[in-house]
Amino acid sequence: MDVRLSAEQVALRDAAVQVVDRLGVHVVAALEDAERTVKLNAAVSASGWRELRTATDGGSTPWASGVEVALVAEELGRGLADAPFLGATMAADLRRLAGAPPAVATETIAFGEDLGQTAPVANGLVNAKSAAPDAAGAFSALVLVEGPGGCTVGAVALDDPVTGIDLTRPMARVRTPATVTAVEGQSREILPDDIAAWRSLGLAATSADLVGVMRGALALATDYARERKQYGAAIGSFQAVQHLLADSLVAMEGSRSIALHAAWAVDALPGPEALAAASAAKAYCARAARSVCETAIQVHGGIGNTWDCLAHVFLRRALLSTDMLGGVGANLDRVLAARGLGVHDGLR
Amino acid sequence: MDFADSREESEFRLRLREWLQQNNPGLPASSTADEYWAGQAAWHQALYDAGFFGLSWPTQVGGHGLPSVYEVILDEELTTAGTPPRPSVGYLVQGLLRHGNEDIRRRFLPRLVNGRERWCQGFSEPDAGSDLASLRTRAVRDGSEYVLTGHKVWTSYSDAADWCLVLARTDPDVPTHRGISAFIVPMRQPGIEQRPLQMINGITREFGEVLFEGARVDAANMVGEPGEGWRLAMTVVSHEREPGELGYVARYGKLVNQLVYEVVQEPAVFGPEARRDLAWALVDTEMLRCHVSRRLSDRLDGLSHGPEGSVDKLLMTAAEQAVGHAALAVGGAVHADGDDTWLRVYLYSRAQSVMGGTSQIQRNLIAGRILELPTS
Repeated sequence: MDVRLSAEQVALRDAAVQVVDRLGVHVVAALEDAERTVKLNAAVSASGWRELRTATDGGSTPWASGVEVALVAEELGRGLADAPFLGATMAADLRRLAGAPPAVATETIAFGEDLGQTAPVANGLVNAKSAAPDAAGAFSALVLVEGPGGCTVGAVALDDPVTGIDLTRPMARVRTPATVTAVEGQSREILPDDIAAWRSLGLAATSADLVGVMRGALALATDYARERKQYGAAIGSFQAVQHLLADSLVAMEGSRSIALHAAWAVDALPGPEALAAASAAKAYCARAARSVCETAIQVHGGIGNTWDCLAHVFLRRALLSTDMLGGVGANLDRVLAARGLGVHDGLR
Repeated sequence: MDFADSREESEFRLRLREWLQQNNPGLPASSTADEYWAGQAAWHQALYDAGFFGLSWPTQVGGHGLPSVYEVILDEELTTAGTPPRPSVGYLVQGLLRHGNEDIRRRFLPRLVNGRERWCQGFSEPDAGSDLASLRTRAVRDGSEYVLTGHKVWTSYSDAADWCLVLARTDPDVPTHRGISAFIVPMRQPGIEQRPLQMINGITREFGEVLFEGARVDAANMVGEPGEGWRLAMTVVSHEREPGELGYVARYGKLVNQLVYEVVQEPAVFGPEARRDLAWALVDTEMLRCHVSRRLSDRLDGLSHGPEGSVDKLLMTAAEQAVGHAALAVGGAVHADGDDTWLRVYLYSRAQSVMGGTSQIQRNLIAGRILELPTS
């Protein structure tokens, strides 16, 4: 056992840090800076990060493991990056599992109304209330279609994405009638263990995004606590404020450890075990992230409750990452199920 | 980046697993019964004699000189086997390794590590808890010895101890933390009175107070230089905050496995609240296992530990108290049949946010030394 990052992994993370520090959202007004968004998206495209889970030539193994995906996701979360990543990465992984060629245009995943599961398909149609998060630039979204021997991958067309709860990752509705077309070139059916592994990737990646969001929100609040003065002293010198921020750091560090393990488990453990690890991580990170973001708002006081303070942008991003593939409750249920204490967890 | 075993680690794990199958002492859940503490010494010695204790400590003191991550394997296998955790003496070992001279290390460490001699730690006093530097126990030089007078409290295992690592004031004329020295004091002598303290869960074998009335200690038993006691204390308490040093991952893992077993036996008895508390106990315990793996891997760089021990202590406390809440929810507070094991587990968990420095002190340390917030 040695869970230190390799030199290559450190280099990947450093590259992501540089892009995010240069082109991420560091003030609320930056969300309106279309030129910056275009540059960020170009930098992410050029980096190849959205293709980490595509298959190596002629094979079914991905170019990079869940750990590399998590390292990038964490930095993008920290910098509130408004460029697609999670949806595209999960779509690429689904194509790989089906033995289908990589997408030619940006894709994401369609989820059911509460985003907890992939969009339900019946009679060749996706439920009309389905939604696709992280949909910037995407014209279509992938869904799982149950078949006799396993699942296949289908695609649905999307309406133009609109800004939802998360100001950095827009959401698109499925275009009605939401007809599912089979993705071309699939060479294998996706079996239950593959689906468990695929979900574990999604849970590990959203957990990593939450870790990044926590780091960003904590840094924002800590900087403010050093500067803001009341009673003639920086509010960060007051024990009540210090303890809020200390608790945030602790929650973030615990999240980092369990999320790292989940990211490793995606490719290193059998599907069901990877899913158990990822569910534990997601439950932990979701609880922690809400608390850390709420603390960031509280430490900013009145300012924290205004639109122009970045704290709510972190909270909003955390809420979307939490809902994707289920938040606290759904994942605690999965944790119990993995120990023989669950209601049967369906295929989707 | 790999959580999996190397070939050597895997061989070690299998050897350990095989040994544990034959050598589980079958003690009750830790910290709930005096029987558990009574069996601790024999467990420590058996684990050591089989070659499974002191894995990451230097061979000169009886350790195995293995990479720190072997401790994680040990914790995982102890959890799976449902044995007691590894004995928590690591913080004393680290303190003596770092501050003791060659003579101290040679005389005391081997038998501390092999479990032949029992130790306790005389730091806290009735008027010196979080404010440890204000301690008033005095050590006065008398020929080749020092004479100790004072009152120590919250002294774990004092009833069974052969030795006590005592902090005492040797120079009352310098600022508080500069006048403290550390001594290894023999417990079995006329000048020492040891009184057990009953904890809130009823056990009497773990906790005690110790009165020194003219107890004597050889000057050669001073650890470090005169006035170095405070620095030794900081080394010891910082290691006492680290779950990787304490081995508590195995303790929580065993308890949570037992709780799962109870619910699996009769699932219909347990409502959503108990199931939710149990799920959090599983998640927090898993978090701590992953966190210890991360911290012990960082040590492979030779990275010395610093203020992040306070983060670890708070994570460990959260895990223990989540297990405690699950024990309360699954076991219930009221016991018509008189079996209150789970209530005892819950009550014991409250001590974790106090021992080794309160959670509030840990937050102060994090705010000042990690977040670098200004002081008031």
